[in-house]
Amino acid sequence: MLHLHKVSKKYKDQSIALDDVTILIRPKEFVSVVGHSGAGKTTLLKMILAEERPTDGAVFYEKVDIHSLKRKEINDYRRRIGTVFQDFRLLPDKTAYENVAFAMEAAGRSDEEIASDVPHVLELVDLGKKMHSFPHQLSGGEKQRVAIARAIVNQPDIIIADEPTGNLDPVNTYDIIQILKKINDLGTTIVLTTHNTGIVEHLGKRVITMQNGKVAHDSGALDTVLKK
Amino acid sequence: MFWTKIKRTIRAGFVSFWRNGYVSLASVLVMTVTLTVLTSIMLTGALLDSTLTSVKNKVDINVYFVKGANEEDIAVIGKALRGLPQVQQVEYISSEDALTQFRERHKDDELTLQALDELGTNPLGASFNIKAQDPSQYEGIVKFLEDAKGGNSGSIIDRINYTKNKQAIDALNRIIAASSRLGSAIIIFFVVVAILITFNTVRLAIYIFREEISVMRLVGASEMYIRGPFLTVGIMYGVVSGVLTLLILYPIMYWVGPITESFGTGLNLFAYFSHNFGYLFLVVVGTGVLLGTISSYLAVRKYLKI
Repeated sequence: MLHLHKVSKKYKDQSIALDDVTILIRPKEFVSVVGHSGAGKTTLLKMILAEERPTDGAVFYEKVDIHSLKRKEINDYRRRIGTVFQDFRLLPDKTAYENVAFAMEAAGRSDEEIASDVPHVLELVDLGKKMHSFPHQLSGGEKQRVAIARAIVNQPDIIIADEPTGNLDPVNTYDIIQILKKINDLGTTIVLTTHNTGIVEHLGKRVITMQNGKVAHDSGALDTVLKK
Repeated sequence: MFWTKIKRTIRAGFVSFWRNGYVSLASVLVMTVTLTVLTSIMLTGALLDSTLTSVKNKVDINVYFVKGANEEDIAVIGKALRGLPQVQQVEYISSEDALTQFRERHKDDELTLQALDELGTNPLGASFNIKAQDPSQYEGIVKFLEDAKGGNSGSIIDRINYTKNKQAIDALNRIIAASSRLGSAIIIFFVVVAILITFNTVRLAIYIFREEISVMRLVGASEMYIRGPFLTVGIMYGVVSGVLTLLILYPIMYWVGPITESFGTGLNLFAYFSHNFGYLFLVVVGTGVLLGTISSYLAVRKYLKI
C-alpha cells in the first residue's frame, strides 16, 4: 500500500539524509524502523507524511505519487494516516477530549459522531477518567496514549509512530507497544521508528535497519523473504 | 457542514482567547494603546479644525465710506462685492446703525456720549463688513476695492482697514498651511508605528502557536480550519481593544471637554465625542478588527507552509 521508490533526500548544505531508499509496506504489516540518531528514520517518516519532498525518487500511496498531490488532497491523505510522535505534540490549550475531537473536526465529522467516538477511543487507551485533563496535567505515558487515541480516532489506514516510547519509562513503553500491537491486530498498518532494540526483539515483526540514510537490512523486503 | 465549521471556528477562537489569557491580555493592551493614539490624533484633528474655523471666522475687513455718501452708490459697490466668488458675506452697516452700535458700546462712558450729543449730527459714515470664503482671499478683495476707489463711484470709499489686519491674516494663513502639513506628517508617522507594533505583537502571539499549527496540519486540518480560530481571536482583540479604548477616552474627554471649550477653540471635545460616539465606535472598533484580522492572517500564513 505504501511504496518508497529510490527515494533520496539531500539538504542544501549537501548533507544526505536518505540515499536511494526503496521500501514496500504491505497492508496490515507492523514495520519497525531502527537505526542510530541521524540514520534517516525521521526523514523517512517526513517523506511518508508529505512534510518534505524527496530530491530524487517518489513515494506512492496506493499507486498515487503523494508529492504530486495538491494542498487539499494532501490534507485528505493525511487524514488517512495517524501520527504519533516522541514529543506527543498535543495541543497544549486543549483537553485530552478536545485534542482527540480536533482530529475528528478537521476530518469534517459531525458533532454526534464526535460525541460518541471520542469517549470510546479514550476508554480504549484507558484514559476515560482523565478525559477533561489538559496535557500539562497528564504524565508522559498518558500524553502518549492521548496522542494514540487522536491517531486512531479517524480509523486511519496507517499509523506512523516516530519514537513513541523515546520519552517513556519501561513500564509505559511496554503499555504503548501493547496498545500499538492491539491496533495492528485490528487491521491497521503500523510504521514504528525506534532505537530501542529490546522493543523490536519483543515484537518479533518486520524490522528495517537504517544506516547513514540507507537501508542496511530489511527482514521483510521481497528478496529477503524469498531467500528464506 | 458549513455552519458547523463556522460554529466550531468561532467557538475555538473564543476558547483560545480565554485560555491563553496572558497572551490575549498583552495583545489587547498593545492594541488599545495603538487605538488610543489613533483616536487621540483623530480628536486632536477635529479640535484643530474647529479652532482654525473659529479663528478664520473672526477675520474680516471693513470698508468705511465717506460721510454722506449716496446710499445708491454704496449699494452698487455692495452688489459688485457680492458678485465676487471669493466673498462669503457682506454686511451693510448704515451710518445710523453705526451710531447705535457706537452708543451701545460706550453706554457707560458719559463723557463720550455727551460729546456726541453736543455735536448734534451723526459723525459716522456707513461701512461694509466683508468676510471671505478663505482668509487667503482677502488680498484679492482688497485689490478689487482699491481699484474701485480709483474709479468714479469709488471716490465715496474713505478707507479700508485691511493693512491693519494684514499681518494677522498672513500669520494665520501660514499657521493653517503649516499645521495641516505637520498634522498629516505626524498622523502618518503614528499610524505606521502603531500598525507595526500591533502587527508584531499579534505575530509574536501566534509564534507561540507555531508548533500547534504544524500539529494541526499533520492531523490533516485544512488551511481555513487552522486559520479560522486565529482570525476569530484577531477580531476579538480588535473588538475588546476598541471598546476598551473608548472606555478609557470617555472620562478623559469628560475632563478635557470644558477646558477645550474655554480655550476658545469653539469646540467642546466631550460634546463632540458624545455626539459622534456611534461614528467613533465604528471607526475605532473597525480599525481594531481590521488590524487584528490582517495581523493574524499574515502571521499564520508564515507557519502554514508545512
